[in-house]
Amino acid sequence: MKLPYYPGCTLKTTAKSFDVSTVATAWALGIELVELPRWNCCGTVHALAKDDVMHYLAPIRNLVRVEQMNDEGLVDDNRVVTQCAMCYNTLKRANQSAKEDLEKMTKIRDFMEKEPNYRGSAEVVHMLEILKKIGFEKVSDRVEKPLSGLRVAPYYGCLLLRPREFGIDDSDKPSVMEDLLGALGAEVVDIPFKSKCCGAYHTVQMKEVAADLSHRILSQAAEAGADLVATACPLCEYNLGDRQKEIKKIFREFESIPVVYYTQLMALAFGQGEEATMFGENDPDPRPILKEGGLI
Amino acid sequence: MEKNESEMITIYVMGKKHLVPADLTIMKAMEYAGHQFKRGAGCRGGFCGACATIYRTKGSYKLQGALACQKIVEDGMYIAQIPFSPAEKKTYDVRELRPDASTFLEYYPEIARCLSCNTCTKSCPQDIQVMDYVQAALRGDVEEAAKLSFDCLSCGLCAVRCPAEIVPYNIAQLARRLYSRYIVGPTEHVLKRVEEVEAGEFDEGIEELKGMERETLQHRYETREKRL
Repeated sequence: MKLPYYPGCTLKTTAKSFDVSTVATAWALGIELVELPRWNCCGTVHALAKDDVMHYLAPIRNLVRVEQMNDEGLVDDNRVVTQCAMCYNTLKRANQSAKEDLEKMTKIRDFMEKEPNYRGSAEVVHMLEILKKIGFEKVSDRVEKPLSGLRVAPYYGCLLLRPREFGIDDSDKPSVMEDLLGALGAEVVDIPFKSKCCGAYHTVQMKEVAADLSHRILSQAAEAGADLVATACPLCEYNLGDRQKEIKKIFREFESIPVVYYTQLMALAFGQGEEATMFGENDPDPRPILKEGGLI
Repeated sequence: MEKNESEMITIYVMGKKHLVPADLTIMKAMEYAGHQFKRGAGCRGGFCGACATIYRTKGSYKLQGALACQKIVEDGMYIAQIPFSPAEKKTYDVRELRPDASTFLEYYPEIARCLSCNTCTKSCPQDIQVMDYVQAALRGDVEEAAKLSFDCLSCGLCAVRCPAEIVPYNIAQLARRLYSRYIVGPTEHVLKRVEEVEAGEFDEGIEELKGMERETLQHRYETREKRL
């Protein structure tokens, strides 16, 4: 199965381990993720403002590229796979808007002029949705090294689940990551704050806000006995992971806990090695705890 | 055979009407009309990027860009020269940079404002995918940014049209510098030649050229390929 793949800027810069482990684990499951030959920034938060037509150009243009990929026969699937929670949310909402808001689309078409129009045929999906569709049994069949004894707290954050109509799962009671981690043989640790905000972009100018919110989430995970936290969002990974240095400055008793992408754990369970897992990129380093558990 | 007399057409240079031969470039038509270029003209061969021009044609709302030395005038064309696009020139030592997105964002943080509107690409007289190379830089794909922007002449038309106030050609130049320094790396033949120059292997030849008569020198220049 060949699927169009939109990695987004962050997966090409600060979240390379997410990109690499995504492509590697998809491949292991018989899915070839074909990166869009031409793509631009998804548009991020700006494109979520309903009245800001100019900022819709970015997501719409990416969806045009998906249609072009299909037209050129590079893929034969209208579903574009995203992985970054922000890209997923932005593209999905812009796609919906493109189909419903004719006035906005007319403005966009008038502006884009001779460039190819968006026909509205693309579908924006998240990799977790693809995994759910192919079935966690199939994922489980591919496991070479079950993550036995590893206690993992899944963390969703906001953008995968909200707004409700765009969520990849039940906004109040998500289970897709739990099911996946279970299929990998890990012990799932449930935390009530799994879909609370990590502080998001406050991390830029008010890092103490992000540190405070992330501290609550991580403390819950630690109290529940988790060895590490698994996420599907580069910004969450940054706030929960890298920001632990700030958390320690404010909460001196805080003990660090590694935060990884769910695909890194898939690559580990699939026996794909550091080349695919890239645990060396995570901060704090998850390898000591994985070593302790005999997983690497 | 005698050349047919050229058809005359009307152009407007900064609003002033002129009757000019239809087969001239914008630059030659303006000179025909009495303008003298002190800025905004360079190689006259489409390579230097000095003669950036904006224009509108009859019956079209589109504001287009061209190099004055390359674009042939059209009847009813409104023309204005853009000899310079104001842009801050950042100074950096390329040997101390990292070939990734953070470098572009450090020197030109405004690239994060890119709307992907593609106006830059549409304004480029070199048909470069400007927006795509800015986007490549934004995600740290130095090689892609360098390759896509290879034909850039820094004419500045993209910079004056960008609604996000980005100066794309500065990004392009930084991308190509990073590409040659960190991705291609130093090439052996260049290093060897530098060594030869420093060892004085060409000193005698240079002195010989310096002492030549103008005609001899010109002849040598014009026949240089053959002698190789």
